[in-house]
Amino acid sequence: MRVELDEPKCVAAGQCVMASPEVFDQREEDGVAILLEERPGDELLDGVREAVAVCPAAALRLVEE
Amino acid sequence: MVVGASAAGLAATETLRREGYGGALTLIGEEPHAPYDRPPLSKQILSGEWSTDRLPLRRSTDLDGLDLDLRLGVAATGLELADRTVVLADGTRVPYDGLIVATGVRPRRLPGDGAHVLRTVDDALALRDRLAPGRRLVVVGAGFLGAEAAAVARGLGCAVTLLEPAPVPLAHAVGEQVGRVLSQAHLDHGVELRTGVTVTAVTEGGVRLADGELVEGDAVLVAVGSLPNTEWLVDCGLAVGDGLICDEYGEAAWGSPRPKAGGVYAAGDVARWYNALFGVPMRIEHRTNAAEQGMAVARNLLRPEARKPFTPVPYFWSDQYDMRVQAYGYLRGHDEVAVVDGDLSGRRFVAAYRTGDRLTGVLAVGMPPKAIRPWRQAIAARAAWHETVPTATPAAGARLDGR
Repeated sequence: MRVELDEPKCVAAGQCVMASPEVFDQREEDGVAILLEERPGDELLDGVREAVAVCPAAALRLVEE
Repeated sequence: MVVGASAAGLAATETLRREGYGGALTLIGEEPHAPYDRPPLSKQILSGEWSTDRLPLRRSTDLDGLDLDLRLGVAATGLELADRTVVLADGTRVPYDGLIVATGVRPRRLPGDGAHVLRTVDDALALRDRLAPGRRLVVVGAGFLGAEAAAVARGLGCAVTLLEPAPVPLAHAVGEQVGRVLSQAHLDHGVELRTGVTVTAVTEGGVRLADGELVEGDAVLVAVGSLPNTEWLVDCGLAVGDGLICDEYGEAAWGSPRPKAGGVYAAGDVARWYNALFGVPMRIEHRTNAAEQGMAVARNLLRPEARKPFTPVPYFWSDQYDMRVQAYGYLRGHDEVAVVDGDLSGRRFVAAYRTGDRLTGVLAVGMPPKAIRPWRQAIAARAAWHETVPTATPAAGARLDGR
């Protein structure tokens, strides 16, 4: 599974970091999300799915490869 | 069945599927559009920066994967609890085993014709067509929606008059001092802000004030709050009162007499539920709450034996000019505001809100994420004010009055 971040859509809410701190971080200057793990391991996928669902900008997507 | 095909309703259907529900799943939406995002309407869509093809919340292939009976462009008009049936505007009767109500809100309006409101994509496009350099826009209501629209219209070169009944915009929500800071940005950007004025009607060529004055404009936007879409639930037996009233799990409460049928939950702007983290009933019209509550009630509906109270720290953001406002928690009804980082005059600060001896909210403008996140965590941990906010704190010496 691969995580896609549509960066221009990100509103810097930081909800993804709270849902899945292993996979997401925020840029210091403007809070825009940073993808730490583009292909997170299975053990992280529940958190990533939570992050995708709570992202207020619908800027995240988890795609099967 | 999920009634309401916006952020909350979509999150509910996705969660039901993700958590293993394989049965029939109907999603009813009054608007003809597939689920789309609303926060950009008063921002990037109104400014013309984005086209509407960026609004859908999910790609059509992702929606297809949910295997929904998706019925768009038709409103629910009635709920018959005893028969577990939802009645639609076209007369169709749709049975359900479990129901999630996510019918949202609609804008409050003023007497008179011709004013714009801003809730749907069609609303946003209609208003955008009226904005151009030199045009005069009158915005009634300086809440977050009116403020964002005013900022966008200034950016497009419109002359903007912002009318607000309160002496200080947003004071009831964020406190007087923070409200002043946010208003100052409008003055700095050339908005004519008039406070303490009551608009009684929309008229040809503008709006009429209570004292009879006509405020002229080429277009009028009315942004004076919203009303929960609960009319279709009146007389069905559920308790309705500024939203569909729910318990801490998001399950709809019974009116009287109590009918014998369960399994109705509510999520999003329409739901007034008891948030046990703050110990108060609340109805939250924020984008993030819609998704979180949709997920939470879907889980509670699916697994009644393992229900969990829905206890979020509410979050919202607002973009105005070069300012990004972010707030966590429940700021309404606070007793005190203190600036705990940065300073108000530079429009770079974190303000903390006290209710009783609890830290119940923070509002930040122009601050990095790491400066905000610990405060959010403190709110979630029910931190005591006196242990969290040092008494000597206030940068700029500002300890502010609440309410």
